[in-house]
Amino acid sequence: MDENKPKERIGVYVCHCGTNIAGVVDVGEVSTWAGENLKKNGVVIARDYKFMCSSLGQELIQKDIKEQGLTRVVVAACSPHLHEATFRNACKGAGLNPYLCELVSIREQVSWVHTDKIAATEKAKAIISGGVARVEHNEPLEPLRVPIHPATLVVGGGIAGIQAALEIADAGSPVYLVEREPTIGGHMAQFDKTFPTLDCSACILTPKMVQVGNHPNITLLTYSDVEKVEGYVGNFEATIRKHARSINTKDCTGCGICWEKCPKKVVDDVFEAGVGYRKAVYTPFPQAVPKYPVIDRVNCTYFQKGTCKACEKFCPTHAIDFAQEDEILNVKIGNIILATGWQLFDARRIPNYGYGRLANVFTSMEFERLSNAAGPTGGAIVLRDGKTTPKSVAIVHCVGSRDKNYNNYCSAICCMQSLKFAHLVHEKTGATVYNFYIDIRTPAKDYDEFYQRLIEEGTLFVRGKVAEITDAAFNPGEEGKLVVQVEDTLIGKQRRIPVDMVVLSAGIEPRFDSKETAKIFGISCSASGWYLEKHPKLDPVATMTDGVYLAGCVQGPKDIPASVAQGAAAAARILGKIQQKEISLEPIRATINEEQCSGCRICNSLCPFNAILFHEDKMVSEVNPALCQGCGTCIAACPAGAISGTGFSNQQILSQIDGLLFLNISKKEVVA
Amino acid sequence: MTDTPEIKPFEPTIIGFTCNWCSYRAADMAGISRMKYAPNVRLIRLMCSGRLDPMFVIKAFAGGADAVLVSGCHPGDCHYSTQNYKAMRRFHLLKRVLVQMGIEPGRLKLLWASAAEGAIFAAEVSKFVEEVRALGPLNWNGPIPATAYKSVKEEVPA
Repeated sequence: MDENKPKERIGVYVCHCGTNIAGVVDVGEVSTWAGENLKKNGVVIARDYKFMCSSLGQELIQKDIKEQGLTRVVVAACSPHLHEATFRNACKGAGLNPYLCELVSIREQVSWVHTDKIAATEKAKAIISGGVARVEHNEPLEPLRVPIHPATLVVGGGIAGIQAALEIADAGSPVYLVEREPTIGGHMAQFDKTFPTLDCSACILTPKMVQVGNHPNITLLTYSDVEKVEGYVGNFEATIRKHARSINTKDCTGCGICWEKCPKKVVDDVFEAGVGYRKAVYTPFPQAVPKYPVIDRVNCTYFQKGTCKACEKFCPTHAIDFAQEDEILNVKIGNIILATGWQLFDARRIPNYGYGRLANVFTSMEFERLSNAAGPTGGAIVLRDGKTTPKSVAIVHCVGSRDKNYNNYCSAICCMQSLKFAHLVHEKTGATVYNFYIDIRTPAKDYDEFYQRLIEEGTLFVRGKVAEITDAAFNPGEEGKLVVQVEDTLIGKQRRIPVDMVVLSAGIEPRFDSKETAKIFGISCSASGWYLEKHPKLDPVATMTDGVYLAGCVQGPKDIPASVAQGAAAAARILGKIQQKEISLEPIRATINEEQCSGCRICNSLCPFNAILFHEDKMVSEVNPALCQGCGTCIAACPAGAISGTGFSNQQILSQIDGLLFLNISKKEVVA
Repeated sequence: MTDTPEIKPFEPTIIGFTCNWCSYRAADMAGISRMKYAPNVRLIRLMCSGRLDPMFVIKAFAGGADAVLVSGCHPGDCHYSTQNYKAMRRFHLLKRVLVQMGIEPGRLKLLWASAAEGAIFAAEVSKFVEEVRALGPLNWNGPIPATAYKSVKEEVPA
């Protein structure tokens, strides 16, 4: 008799989630069913309630734990990724070990994805039955507590990364800021003005760059890449490759004589977007941080032909070091912020816009450089010949964005950027400016006011997606001009508008190597290639990998204010963790039963974290719980069944399978 | 009007194993986006598809499941770096064993789904349910003849 008596006293709580669940699943029937049919599994009470996650719902569970002496709790509600912590904490509050509470999802997996109410109710019952069968075998666990390393790795030195690094460093914690280019600053350093206030971009950015360069808590690693990251939240170890600058930074004063004397001119397709030149030894721009130049070995005459060394001859401090080699650094860090940014959509991919074929079609980044006072034309907006000022300019919106042939998403910044261009052209040249747009999107603070201002300034707006940009003239008025062919959808007519210059407001895209970078840091990408945040609304800063945070465009297209805000937000999250000094980890770990281990060592090579040690003397393997991440691959592979995993034990899973199939079996028995 | 009783179509029961990081979140994403799919799959969350002990699959079949879905992160995207490759190895081996036991290879499916691929998850589940519906209830009649082995050589889902 006693053998059949359930060991545990289980409470089942079915949430209505307003009508989110109750609209499809008959929650009353489900809880009655669970109370009657799962008695033999130990269910002593089953209730349904409007919002289990509300404080009243939680109190209901707590009251039952205390009054009914519940030893296990199953909550049927939303995904465990949403409210598992809520209900575990509620149990903890009532004195029940939090890991004895199981959350099963009947919202994301049932009511939101099914329409057939009867089938949905049956599925909900099955899922609860699975949860009840599983929870019987849950064991009380205590979270593992590990110390947090106070240093943070910030990857990417654009405005988002700079902001994040400064926030953390100002609060007193060490930061490693890694940047691939020879200087920090990112895309913002290339811009001329920033919308909608038209502040000079360099004027607001460079003070922050200098702050980073001088900050005692920031180790700035430019011209460097992160190659490998190992470990887990609080205790990562990163391998960073510092590429050889060929400049001894201890001796270099940044005087600039080397690049003055360097005879090799190279088209600068990074910082100058291809419209300007740099030397083979260079700093991208005068205010670069750090001030030290690099020698671009692919273009340097000495590295290619073996002679020259002009820079070495003239360097007053003998800082040139042609023999310098890449340096590999291993740093220990507790948290990581990814702020690796974006790249411009390649306008060559749209052949009918003629970029690369028609000289006077420019991309937005080329225009930024033309308009920038520090750019190759000294801020003069001129045609590709370098001298003619355009009399009419077309600005094409949504190039490569909101287009199912290229990118479906809206790049978020192009409307405002195009309005800014229109203003700058107007101000500097007095030319007639046409904006070709699909929709004007100016939702942020003071953005629409800027749009209104542009309308008042006399910029012409044509609503329609540009079909073609051509130099084939149909009439004398079009001779020598670029003709923009467009359907003006507001007047319902095809138009051909001749202009001198076209600016393509190209969209923004994930970096070409964003997928590889995601793999290094163990995070995932969305379908468009932007990095996936933990929650699109409530946690747009964290990722699903604990300890890895996102800032700036790497998470999705955004403007400068939003990038700065996200950088600061990521920093705040990390500072909160550093302050706690310790972090609790899910106690999901594998352990090996020494008596059952045959010493076959199959598990040893399966572990990606090298967490399994082999004791030669005893001929048994052992799991190091500090390194184990709880994936469970070794448990599944052990031929002796000697490895068990907390939280996901064989017994728990096998029972859950039985539970899920309980309804099925009872039905089949009826049929038989 | 005839008196023929209404014949209900066969509703298969499918047990699905998902990993905590990608495929379970793909199921969550399908839910959040209200994408509809067939209600025949009941999911079990594991930390990683590498945790999938072949015993679980056999247990599910023995317990009355008509099919089993194994789902994890895309190759290269594994939260535990490479453990989904280990799941893939086991999957192919297990499929061979199941055939030898007399279970049609079409009753075991491997699905890679990233956390962003709710739509793919929903579509693939519905497709799988229809495939299993076409196979009919699991009818364990002993080993399948050797000719059926060819069908095991399917392409690996990428």
